Amino acid sequence: MIRRGTGLWFATPALAVIAVFFFLPVAGALVLGFTDFDIYAIADLRNVRFVGLRNFQELLATPLFWRALGNTLYFAVVGVPLSMAASVGAALLLNSPLARLKSFYRTVLFAPVVTTLVAVALIWRYLLHTRYGLLNYGLGLAGISPIDWLGNPTTALPAIILFSVWKNFGYNMVIVLVALQQIPEDLYEAASLDGASAWQQFRHVTLPSLRPTLAFVGILTLAAYFQLFAEPYVMTQGGPAQSTLSILYFMYDEGFKWWNLGRASAVAFVLFLMMFAVTGFNAWLAQRRAA
Amino acid sequence: MNRRTRSIAVNGALALVALVTAFPLLWMVSASLMPAGMSANFPPPLWTTHPTLVHYRELFAHAGFGRHFVNSALIASGATLLALTLNVMAGYAFAKLDFPGRDRLHRVLVAGLVIPAQVAMLPLFLELKSIGLVDTLAGVLVPSLAGIFSIFLVRQAALSIPDELLDAARIDGASEWTIYRRIVLPLLTPMLVTLAVFTFLGAWNDFLWPLIILNDDDRYTLPVALASLSREHVQDSELMMAGSVVTVLPVLALFLGLQRYYLQGLMAGAVKG
Repeated sequence: MIRRGTGLWFATPALAVIAVFFFLPVAGALVLGFTDFDIYAIADLRNVRFVGLRNFQELLATPLFWRALGNTLYFAVVGVPLSMAASVGAALLLNSPLARLKSFYRTVLFAPVVTTLVAVALIWRYLLHTRYGLLNYGLGLAGISPIDWLGNPTTALPAIILFSVWKNFGYNMVIVLVALQQIPEDLYEAASLDGASAWQQFRHVTLPSLRPTLAFVGILTLAAYFQLFAEPYVMTQGGPAQSTLSILYFMYDEGFKWWNLGRASAVAFVLFLMMFAVTGFNAWLAQRRAA
Repeated sequence: MNRRTRSIAVNGALALVALVTAFPLLWMVSASLMPAGMSANFPPPLWTTHPTLVHYRELFAHAGFGRHFVNSALIASGATLLALTLNVMAGYAFAKLDFPGRDRLHRVLVAGLVIPAQVAMLPLFLELKSIGLVDTLAGVLVPSLAGIFSIFLVRQAALSIPDELLDAARIDGASEWTIYRRIVLPLLTPMLVTLAVFTFLGAWNDFLWPLIILNDDDRYTLPVALASLSREHVQDSELMMAGSVVTVLPVLALFLGLQRYYLQGLMAGAVKG
């Protein structure tokens, strides 16, 4: 019944765009990482040479690369659980049968997700200001002396994590909220008949029911947090003392500040491996769940 | 705890969380209306009794934000229009039309989902440079067009269209193109709106790629212009907050207007994975 071939007319434009502007560059990235492509090569392609694994060897011997990797992992390992906890907490409040104005609150809590990162990072830069920032003012009322949030290497990344939790928790909150609404009511009724307290119900009914959702959104959030860039670019410019330099920021500097596109591609490859490990782990989890 | 106290606790906590969440955005608006230098006082003021629009005037008259606003609007609407045209057709083809190599291509696209866009960025830059698209608005929207995820979302929605409906139209002699325009597109409308909102917001908010591909100040999008302005004018917090309002308000308004579609799309994406 269906005329064979028409499908090709429908699919080809999009597939062509994906091939030319996505798969071709991805293949190029694999090649680029093994060349010494730099500013001279941009001027004249004859200056490009294959250098084998040299970019990778140099990268592993660069302390700043390890610093960026460490910062990115710190951001992800601390930031993801905090973001998830905020999402679950907000979803539990919204899901409570006692809560009023639910859709209003859901909209407000979700709003930061759709805002422009650069713009809201700027807001937080002022809120985190040592002398005039409202955060320190608030802490001052509680008797805590001013903290130089973005100017101190030990607090700069935690401050960015705090900002990221605020910016992102609404996203997972909505997904967790749907999962909460799918937990059968009679599970709670049975638990409360057995005399389970609110905490016990959360611990033994809610949490186990949420586990697949939490694993799924946790992994997506982890992959997203590996791509940290605009936050430090706007709030700290990678400082102080490179304490907020991320992998992607390092790649950006190598590639588009110093025009070492060969070395930057090696960094991109490392980022790819990190994401691949995470998504591979996700697939493994999904398979184990299905089995 | 009786029901009344618990109700007060839950609603009080919600109100508090909502206030803390909304606070930075409210402060942004308030600070943008303060006279220059007012926010750098101690204790930090929350609002002014003499609101002024002088910072907005400064942005549009001297900092070129009118130009940046137009750039952002052009890129986001252009990307939305083109991406939707391409990906909806492809998504429908993958769901309902048979063509040689369809399943193999589908597997290749699934594999492509694992690759982060940043991996492609460096070679894409060189590629666009060689075809003269660096430092152009067209160059900015190119990555938004390659939407593997959008194709899958459309495919998922199109799978639920009954084959009998399409076949009946074919028996009546309708061309595939007519079927697509008259039957498929109307049925997919909610998904189209969802996809449009996602693409528009994504293109409007994007930062790294426009930062890479644009050099000339005249072509900056709002986020790039804002980041660049903040490096020179970090002391002028009221001016910067006006810039943030101009950047954030359009997407926030779009979200509030089309919230239902946005959240549906988010859930469709989540369930799919």
